[in-house]
Amino acid sequence: MPLTIADLKKGERATIIDSSSEDIPLKLLEMGCLPGNIVELLQIAPFHDPLYLNINDSYLAIRMETAALILIDIINE
Amino acid sequence: MSKQINVALIGNPNTGKTSVFNALTGLSQKVGNYPGITVDKKEGFCKVSRNLKAHILDLPGTYSLNASSLDENVVIELLLNKNDKDYPDVAVIVSDVENLKRNLLLFTQIKDLKIPTILVINMADRMPRKGITLNIDLLEEQLKTKIALVSTRKNEGIEHLKNLIGNFKALSTEANLDTSTIDSDYFASLRKAFPNQDLYKLWVVISQDANFGKIDRNELDFSKFKTKTKSELKRLQQKETIKRYQFINNILKEGQVIDESKATGYRAQLDRILTHKIWGYAIFFVILLTIFQVIYDWATIPMDFIDSSFASLAEWIKVTFPGGGKLTNLIAEGVVSGIGGIVIFIPQIAFLFLFISVLEESGYMSRVVFLMDRVMRRFGLSGKSVVPLISGTACAIPAIMATRNIENWKERLITILVTPFTTCSARLPVYLIIIALVIPEGRFLGLSYQALTLMLLYLIGFGMAVFSAYILDKILKTNRKTFFVIEMPSYKVPLLKNVALTVLEKTKTFVFEAGKIILAISIVLWILASYGPEKSFNNAETIVEESFPELRGEQLENKVAAYKLEHSFIGIIGKTIEPAIRPLGYDWKIGIGIVASFAAREVFVGTLATIYSVGSATEDDDKTIKNRMANEVHDNGEKVFTLASGISLLLFYAFAMQCMSTLAVVKRETNTWKWPMIQLFGMSFIAYIIALISFQILN
Repeated sequence: MPLTIADLKKGERATIIDSSSEDIPLKLLEMGCLPGNIVELLQIAPFHDPLYLNINDSYLAIRMETAALILIDIINE
Repeated sequence: MSKQINVALIGNPNTGKTSVFNALTGLSQKVGNYPGITVDKKEGFCKVSRNLKAHILDLPGTYSLNASSLDENVVIELLLNKNDKDYPDVAVIVSDVENLKRNLLLFTQIKDLKIPTILVINMADRMPRKGITLNIDLLEEQLKTKIALVSTRKNEGIEHLKNLIGNFKALSTEANLDTSTIDSDYFASLRKAFPNQDLYKLWVVISQDANFGKIDRNELDFSKFKTKTKSELKRLQQKETIKRYQFINNILKEGQVIDESKATGYRAQLDRILTHKIWGYAIFFVILLTIFQVIYDWATIPMDFIDSSFASLAEWIKVTFPGGGKLTNLIAEGVVSGIGGIVIFIPQIAFLFLFISVLEESGYMSRVVFLMDRVMRRFGLSGKSVVPLISGTACAIPAIMATRNIENWKERLITILVTPFTTCSARLPVYLIIIALVIPEGRFLGLSYQALTLMLLYLIGFGMAVFSAYILDKILKTNRKTFFVIEMPSYKVPLLKNVALTVLEKTKTFVFEAGKIILAISIVLWILASYGPEKSFNNAETIVEESFPELRGEQLENKVAAYKLEHSFIGIIGKTIEPAIRPLGYDWKIGIGIVASFAAREVFVGTLATIYSVGSATEDDDKTIKNRMANEVHDNGEKVFTLASGISLLLFYAFAMQCMSTLAVVKRETNTWKWPMIQLFGMSFIAYIIALISFQILN
């Protein structure tokens, strides 16, 4: 199983490798959630949902169910 | 002769677009609605040069030309319709210097529509702090546009922007991206089918029709063109987005340098505290408490002043024009008390909008959404429902309009349906007067019983909203897909000018919208109370004198006035419904108040004021409504306002759907009468049952 944004730990960074799932809203893609871009998990809300991310220099929050659709490669720093 | 041009302000949310609008137009702005829909339309004027005036339209914030909401769709509809009277001669795209990459996506799309376009890079004052340097000449050349570096906070760059607008004819209308490179096969066939149309415009129309099917496009005949499925279109939109980002990244690689080591900011530190699992909630709770505290403490001072001013005004009219007869009475008893009932809301509404706009402008509201989403979802709501539920304490109408950014239809619908349960400011005067009448003075743990009752009523309102959301979540079925994206803007100190203009504009809208209804109802009520069917009403004096021959002077006049009211049109209406409301502990006069309140709750106090002032002929000391109400008795001599009937009345007002304006807004937002009718009958039924039970138990 490839990793998704839902697998990220707080403070971790990753490269997006696929965001083509039907259920990912277009708006998210337009905000920069596209293959090759960097995503960083900044905060996790209480009760572990939603996730507060920095994607391609855009700061935004999405729910776990959407995060689990975006495939990533974690960057080991 | 000065010429006038149309300027459209377009931009992502949170880019300070409204600040630019305010800087350009100042106080010469007005807010309306687009025809047929409730999307705010803000427009204003700006003198660009000696003989050129610009009509400036502030369009709703949008991330791209692929609309996913009604607000965003307004932008596309306007830009695609050359015949629209607001069609821009020049488009001004407002972007945030900290997020240029994403903001340029929308810029390139607008540019490709071949509208003369100016790029505003806003919040330029933050550049040194974020370590950003820009090569403006290079950006202008590559993006084929003119750029204005603007800081509304420091009031810099606005004059330059005006100059650019004035020279709009010199702007290039060349596209940024060759549309056909998105998908050469698809666009080649599109070109073949519509040789005379602009390719990019065609594409925007096609991708929008997939989402908004109904748009009238009579000049285009799509019958001979094979359309794509929704998911194929989405893939193309994705390709377009990737292409555009490639284009933008190439430009920014040279045109923008960001030195991360120089970047400073409080975002991370503030987020750590404000979204903390304990501190986050604690701070939010303290902020809410402060808001309520301030609204009650500070607003009561101007409210008392307004109350007494209007009472003396009515008195002054009666004294100054003693012989005026019917007209004087109509003005003093109907119009002035009606207007007073609206004006008294202004302090509270203004304070509430002040707080809400500060919370939004500062970027804090997004953190609340983030913090509350998981909790709210348990009740079928969204984190974004928090904003409407809080603004609902001012007025349900702006609150329901604030649900538009909830992407998920079911969560949005539930939010719309339950928002009217929150204690809006229109309920407040009703609560205040009844609490003062029936709740005894005294203290519990240092807090007065009356204040505690009021707080309890607010909690009941929120509780009922959340509880009914939970029930609706179980009942409603929907197969629309859910998603949730919220931008977390950077923290900013709110701009005084923006906050002041928001407060001014919202308060004005509320006063005039509610004012029209209240004024009309006050006049109708007064007429209904002052006239009646021929016989018994007109012969009141003789009838009363015959039945009570022992009465003289003042007592006789009072009896006549009461008799007249009972036999006026409104008295007859009240008497007719009395059997239905008797079990709740109300008499026919309260019944009239309730019936009138279905237009708007705030009418209640004014109605009783009108009824009681019509019903008493003498100028006694009991001029305040409260005293008159306290002295009301049933036929058998028992007091009308007791603890039981008072509580019953409070609960009735807490739950009943009594606001025509809200129903109208819900109809517009849901596009059907089904939901407002469910609200009207459902909520009022709940109100009746709960009021009935509480009266029967307490009595």
